[in-house]
Amino acid sequence: MQKRGLAFRKTIDIVLKGLSILFVALTVFMMFWILYTVISNGVKALNWSFLTQPTKPYGIPDGGVLNALLGTVIITFGAVLIGVPAGLLGGIYLAEFAKENRLGNLIRFSANVMMGIPSIIVGLFVYALLVFTTKHFSGLTGSVALSIIMFPVVLRTTEDMLRMVPDSLRESALALGMPRWKATFSIICRAAKTGLITGILLAIARVSGETAPLLFTAQCSDSWPGSYFTQPTANLTVLINEYAGNSPFEEMHVRAWGAALLITAAILILNISCRFIFKESKSAK
Amino acid sequence: MINHNGDKVKISVRNLNFYYGDHQALFDNTLDILENRVTAVIGPSGCGKSTHLRSLNRIYELYREQRTEGEIILDNENILDKSVDVLELRRKVGMIFQKPTPFPMPVFDNVAYGLKLHFKLNRKEIAERVEKALRGASLWEEVKDKLKKSGMALSGGQQQRLCIARAIATQPEVLLMDEPTSAIDPVGTLKIEELIEELKEKFTIVIVTHNMQQAARISDNTAFFYKGKIVEYDKTEKIFTSPEKKQTEDYITGRFG
Repeated sequence: MQKRGLAFRKTIDIVLKGLSILFVALTVFMMFWILYTVISNGVKALNWSFLTQPTKPYGIPDGGVLNALLGTVIITFGAVLIGVPAGLLGGIYLAEFAKENRLGNLIRFSANVMMGIPSIIVGLFVYALLVFTTKHFSGLTGSVALSIIMFPVVLRTTEDMLRMVPDSLRESALALGMPRWKATFSIICRAAKTGLITGILLAIARVSGETAPLLFTAQCSDSWPGSYFTQPTANLTVLINEYAGNSPFEEMHVRAWGAALLITAAILILNISCRFIFKESKSAK
Repeated sequence: MINHNGDKVKISVRNLNFYYGDHQALFDNTLDILENRVTAVIGPSGCGKSTHLRSLNRIYELYREQRTEGEIILDNENILDKSVDVLELRRKVGMIFQKPTPFPMPVFDNVAYGLKLHFKLNRKEIAERVEKALRGASLWEEVKDKLKKSGMALSGGQQQRLCIARAIATQPEVLLMDEPTSAIDPVGTLKIEELIEELKEKFTIVIVTHNMQQAARISDNTAFFYKGKIVEYDKTEKIFTSPEKKQTEDYITGRFG
């Protein structure tokens, strides 16, 4: 029997390895490129009035983004208030009470589908459901749209994290005579605490950069976000869309970069702190 | 309840059948567990020893497809009856698992948690009871300076004794132990075995063990299980020196299992 040459196989090995490394490098390079572009353009906008002034109407100089920054924080916080409890409770239901049953599988499937729905559809849906019927754009409807995006993310991570808690812990809580709800909330959830927090933070990071769901709901505004419940509410992402896309003024383009920098920094900090929390808890064990 | 030898019976299992879905795991188990004695349950893997133990506090009910038939009489009450309050049953019948399962909280809270669940106590009373339980589990001297540290930070043997302290704090009458030393090193195992010897003065103990020497060392009575049936149940001395059944003899002499 004739032996196949080794050289060919070795070459393929090296080529494949080289290709993988190349594409990994490409990904990392792209990320740093984006960061570089955002930072180098964004820092030009950073000055005192940018951070302390509200947005000004077209053509009026020296505007800032403080109202939009506050608006984004408030809208995201509103989304957390609506989406996180629902996601946590749903995840608890799936992990603790509906492991294998039909309803559980249906919910799990729906959540997966929901995660794949384009965010602009969610925006349109909330527009049709809340804005069109009440005739009011508002920050609150923006929060609702974002919470719809958060909900399945929190739900699935909660389920995954709770499932990682071994059955033996569940059993020993129940064996002490603890009712099921108490065992779930005070023992199982506590054991999965860092995982749950990480899931929530990642969901926040995911929605705080969303634009499309806010276009038809929170819209944008030059006023302070005091009228969150009834009026369009300023926020950073729609501001970027507006300033970068519709404005002819160079000054506003620069401010759009500045706003992009603020969002990028916030999301980076969220992501990095997630990693930090997770590592911390691992080393504690 | 008194049996024909004049011993006090704590738990009387009558015709217990156990099913995992369609699969029957226990067949017609009948035995009397004596008060303030250590009853060992031995047998090869998959023979139903743990399943039998898990019926005694109805912990199997966590899994929907598992169910029982028959009677388990604890103090004149059939605990398999739906009317029996399972939370109170589990206070009376504590359980220790194979792997130590401290709760993710400080040592003190681990013991106090179950206590507060069942009794209304003020802080001072809780502290006293926690200390008493930790002393009862021979753990007090080792942890009295680190009560605020996480229970997960203790050694495996200490964690298991913490679980024992947690179980005895609620003043149970029966302690179920499911291979409590199989994940513990020899020194830790010795301490737990000595502890069991002390605990039987206050509690009725049922212990499942893979280790026949352990059964011989610490138990008063031994039940030999095989394929879901109780082959032989007698005084431990009798089981290990002159068993009635051939199967029992084969197992304890190491010919199978």
